[in-house]
Amino acid sequence: MDNAATTSLKPEVLEAMMPYLTGKYGNASTLYLEGREAREAVEQARERTARALGAEPEEIYFTSGGTEADNWAIKGVAFARREKGNHIITSQIEHHAVLHPCEYLEKHGFRVTYLPVDSDGLVDPGDVSRAIEQDTVLVSIMFANNEIGTIEPVAEIARICREKGVLFHTDAVQAVGHVPVNVEKLGVDLLSLSAHKFHGPKGIGALYVRKGVRLDPFIHGGGQERNRRAGTENVAGIVGLGAAIELASSSLEERAARIAALRDKLIGGVLEKVPDVRLNGHRTMRLPGNAHFCFRFIEGESLLLNLDVKGVSASSGSACTSGSLEPSHVLLALGLPHEMAAGSLRLTLGDDNTQEDVDYVLEILPETVNKLRMMSPLYAARRG
Amino acid sequence: MYTEKVMDHFMNPRNVGEIPDADGVGEVGNPKCGDIMKMFIKVENDRIMDAKFLTFGCAAAIATSSMATELIKGKTLEEALEVTNKTVAEALDGLPPVKMHCSVLAEEALRAAINDYRRRKGLVTGDVAPNKIEVPDCKPDK
Ligand SMILES: Cc1ncc(COP(=O)(O)O)c(C=O)c1O
Ligand code: FES
Repeated sequence: MDNAATTSLKPEVLEAMMPYLTGKYGNASTLYLEGREAREAVEQARERTARALGAEPEEIYFTSGGTEADNWAIKGVAFARREKGNHIITSQIEHHAVLHPCEYLEKHGFRVTYLPVDSDGLVDPGDVSRAIEQDTVLVSIMFANNEIGTIEPVAEIARICREKGVLFHTDAVQAVGHVPVNVEKLGVDLLSLSAHKFHGPKGIGALYVRKGVRLDPFIHGGGQERNRRAGTENVAGIVGLGAAIELASSSLEERAARIAALRDKLIGGVLEKVPDVRLNGHRTMRLPGNAHFCFRFIEGESLLLNLDVKGVSASSGSACTSGSLEPSHVLLALGLPHEMAAGSLRLTLGDDNTQEDVDYVLEILPETVNKLRMMSPLYAARRG
Repeated sequence: MYTEKVMDHFMNPRNVGEIPDADGVGEVGNPKCGDIMKMFIKVENDRIMDAKFLTFGCAAAIATSSMATELIKGKTLEEALEVTNKTVAEALDGLPPVKMHCSVLAEEALRAAINDYRRRKGLVTGDVAPNKIEVPDCKPDK
């Protein structure tokens, strides 16, 4: 149950990719037959991606993943609009693929405001409005948080940014393929996505860039992606992204409803069966598959490993940082004390999960938590 | 990433619990990660007759707590003081490098417990590790 870290490659997606990994090995920039085939496949994937997002194909740029899309959006806009200003606004709970580029820009003379969130992880659009200054060039607020699953009021923030003439980027890596994402309805200027979060291959993603938005290239080199993103196209990856996003969009609502029902059963069951637990993230404004808890008096890694031995893969903190000693920056931003943030568990459900999976977790989780609590000096102190 | 021995001591830790009439109690926190370990010892004729622990921490912290209590049981205090975090880690067939600091917790808790015992007997004076720990609040403090 760690579908937020990555998802399985759907067989249909692999099938769509296979020809471009084997016989159809053409370079999409060449003019002979193989190259033209590759070019057509890339353009078809671009159309599929655009359709899924309510965008125009010319507004889709393929990247090496979510991380590159985030880096490009932030650094690309920052450097392109430098003469207008050097202020960027983001939130404290962004993925590191947004936070670290922002920190990098701070070293190069930019100012960054990291907005706080409430105890459910929500950014207040009013805070965004108040933080925008004369020299603000970009606001970047994630669509949905990868740890606690909270869905941010992105449409409202986008409206504020547009009114004030500031570009707005959203990291929708956790959202695309799981909840409806339409760039027109949202009113965003830039949006990042990553294929491996919706049953596509790893190492391929896209940045949506609204027509007319100026941004500097991030990868310099050849003239691919209309001179904006150099490098020979990852044709098979791009085809896989296109196939996966089309599949994910086709039955989005039903799939989301099924997974959300499992999630609610899981959340309800845990809150009922385990005392001293906190649900992290907003109760309703959250990703269909995300359940995230803090269990008091115990530590996340030991909980995770116990569950792993019993056949449940979960995460504590985020996949990229697990093994680090610091409690998650997201949980600390919610205002949780260090000890509580340490006892976190993220279970993320996907298409492959069933009712039985949820029942099994609800069966083993309470006893596992209890076993660890019986070892905890914090629990003993509280029992007196 | 963990050895079989670590996993065994983590999944089936030995000597978990408190000794209500312990002769020495040591409690230490790991400043690097905030994890906490409390060790209880029962001493007779300068020999550790029983040892138990409570640990709030990662798998490595729990496994080293378990192994440390196993290693010191039956040892004299002098012998027990020779048990270091390295000894404990080696007895577990090693720890991943990023987890070596966790084994320090067990060594320090052991020293604190022996120190506490000696202080109670009037054998040493001076500062002892605090015995009170704060329990965090369930509500975010905002
Ligand atoms: C919110 C968010 N942004 C960005 C990324 C990075 O995407 P990628 O793994 O494709 O680089 C991830 C996932 O790892 C994510 O969850
Ligand atoms: S990480 Fe804290 S003791 Fe291991």
